[in-house]
Amino acid sequence: MDNIAGTKPALTWAVNLSVIFLVVLWLIPTVGLLVSSFRDRDQISASGWWLSPFAVEQNFQAKIPAGEVRQDGAFFVIEGNIFSGGEGEVIRFGGARSNPTAAAAGETAELTRDRSLTVQENGDFVYRSPAEIKRDPSVYYSTATPPDFSLDNYQTILFSNNMDIAFINTLTVTIPATIIPILIAAFAAYALAWMDFAGRGLLIAVVVGLLVVPLQLALVPLLQFHNKIGIGQSFLGIWMAHTGFGLPLAIYLLRNYMVGLPRDIIESAKVDGATDFQVFTKIVLPLSFPALASFAIFQFLWTWNDLLVAKVFLPSNAESWVMTVKIADDLLGSRGGDWGILASAAFISIAVPLIVFFTMQRYLVRGLLAGSVK
Amino acid sequence: MSPLLQGILTVVLGVGGCVGYFFLSNLILDKVIFPPRADNPGQNINRANLVRPWLFLFPAMAALGLYLVYPVVGSFYRSLFNRSGEEFIGLGNYTTMFADDGFRIAFFNNMLWVLFVPAAATFFGLLVAQLTDRMKWGNIAKSLIFMPMAISFVGASLIWKFVYANNADIGLINAIRDFFGASEPLDVLQVRFWNNFFLMFILVWIQTGFAMVILSAALRGIPEETIEAAIIDGANPFQVFFKIKVPQIMGTIVVVWTTITILVLKVFDIVYTMTGGNFGTDILPSYMMSYMFRDDGRATAVAFVIMIVVLPVMIWNIRQARAEMK
Repeated sequence: MDNIAGTKPALTWAVNLSVIFLVVLWLIPTVGLLVSSFRDRDQISASGWWLSPFAVEQNFQAKIPAGEVRQDGAFFVIEGNIFSGGEGEVIRFGGARSNPTAAAAGETAELTRDRSLTVQENGDFVYRSPAEIKRDPSVYYSTATPPDFSLDNYQTILFSNNMDIAFINTLTVTIPATIIPILIAAFAAYALAWMDFAGRGLLIAVVVGLLVVPLQLALVPLLQFHNKIGIGQSFLGIWMAHTGFGLPLAIYLLRNYMVGLPRDIIESAKVDGATDFQVFTKIVLPLSFPALASFAIFQFLWTWNDLLVAKVFLPSNAESWVMTVKIADDLLGSRGGDWGILASAAFISIAVPLIVFFTMQRYLVRGLLAGSVK
Repeated sequence: MSPLLQGILTVVLGVGGCVGYFFLSNLILDKVIFPPRADNPGQNINRANLVRPWLFLFPAMAALGLYLVYPVVGSFYRSLFNRSGEEFIGLGNYTTMFADDGFRIAFFNNMLWVLFVPAAATFFGLLVAQLTDRMKWGNIAKSLIFMPMAISFVGASLIWKFVYANNADIGLINAIRDFFGASEPLDVLQVRFWNNFFLMFILVWIQTGFAMVILSAALRGIPEETIEAAIIDGANPFQVFFKIKVPQIMGTIVVVWTTITILVLKVFDIVYTMTGGNFGTDILPSYMMSYMFRDDGRATAVAFVIMIVVLPVMIWNIRQARAEMK
């Protein structure tokens, strides 16, 4: 198609540029989160993440020690360095809280009551006052702080905010909730694909119908049911719930795939005396690996990312919070303004799905196609 | 016992239990109940084969029945009772709910979501699918646009909280406004009516990848001859796209559209995380969650309304599936 009449170079350029534009648009939010998660919390609120490679102008306050005053004619003078031995570069400074960046470095700021203040770029200052200086005067100044990237946010969230427990809880919910439905669904899908019995068509229709039943319906009755049989809100309960909710898609995907397997192989195995159980375990199951993998990825992403089912079927105490609940119910409330912590928490929770996504994308795409194009 | 250990044990027990069930039940059927020996082995084999499908299906059917079929009935039944569940009040929950302003807002907003999100996601998906078709780095571009699919709704909400932040030094939107000279930062999530669209865009951002993947496969499946014929007849690229390609993938577009529609009716996470349903952004799933654990009667009534909204799609899906099997 590249050389076909009708494609113009100008059009190709336009297409390339618009795709670049869309990709950038789609990536920016995530990149912003990733960059922010490594930044110092004061820097996050001082400048946008898109400026993070540059120095940040941050405002500080220092006290001038009144004890080092000396007399110079009619004036009382204090000299010194606001960084007190450290390094830094003053951009602007001022002597009043109401106007902390009144003068540029090197200038002299006239303060009230005939006092004056001079601060050099390197931090050297001269403070002059006609009256005796009793209390330590304040200096306000802004400096250019170099970019500060670190893993501090991750450390804070993981080791002092119990995100590690939430991570393990998520893992605990996810693994059984991914493996068990596959097994149950595989047998059912085989029966629906390769066994003849009355009512098969009806059952398939029921599975297709159940694909779209809103989860919301299941919450109240099933929680009541779990309470009645003594499971209550627990990990066992959420495993069972995820298994039930994942089954329609699992059966549907696997059946669609198994129906497409070559009939000859299965029939010749049966002629050779293989039972259905043997045909299933020795032929159909190994051949269905791609479909099993795609469903496994779906179910993994779905259970890992789920908030609704976890909120309802898990106990609401801090020890059993999964990461989504932890972020939505705890961090956004108690750490609402702490952007660095929020960003690193979000990134911890999306890291594993992203890894799974980028390594297994082929299977995911295949599963999507099998699940909806048919 | 730590939950993780418990989890591993459950995997072992669950997998072992399932395998054991399928193996043993087949064994018993073949060796004990209908052994292919005795007087009439042939008849016994046939009988065993009549029973076997149900052995394979039983665990799945039990789980589906309990976790998806029973709740439809159970929820409706529960919605006929009052808050404590003791007193039968008929459709009382529904009448009070329909009279509630909060419900009307949620319902109206949900309809906005149903109209806007599938349309926008399908549009962007189709756009990207068409633009990246036969492009050299098309697969990388697609992979990056597909990426949000892997991110949880909660994670995505946090990502966008940064973009929408009410501070020109954090939020991109306000930084852009600032650049163009706006003096005060604006909390876009508190702008009535339009805030809904800012929330919807998060879901569009997530779902575009899904639409793109499926539509891109559909575009690939279009017979080359139809396109070549159109080009030879002098059609320009836009005509080729709108008059040749789109009509041929209309079926897939409808499938993508309905799939996203169904999803829209279930997602409560975004509203819950971003605004908690405040500032007039409630939708039915989040409205339901605000009654969950407080008034089960009302919560189940909302859930049943969602079910009724979904019902036409469900029927349509089943008819499609049946038509295919014939």
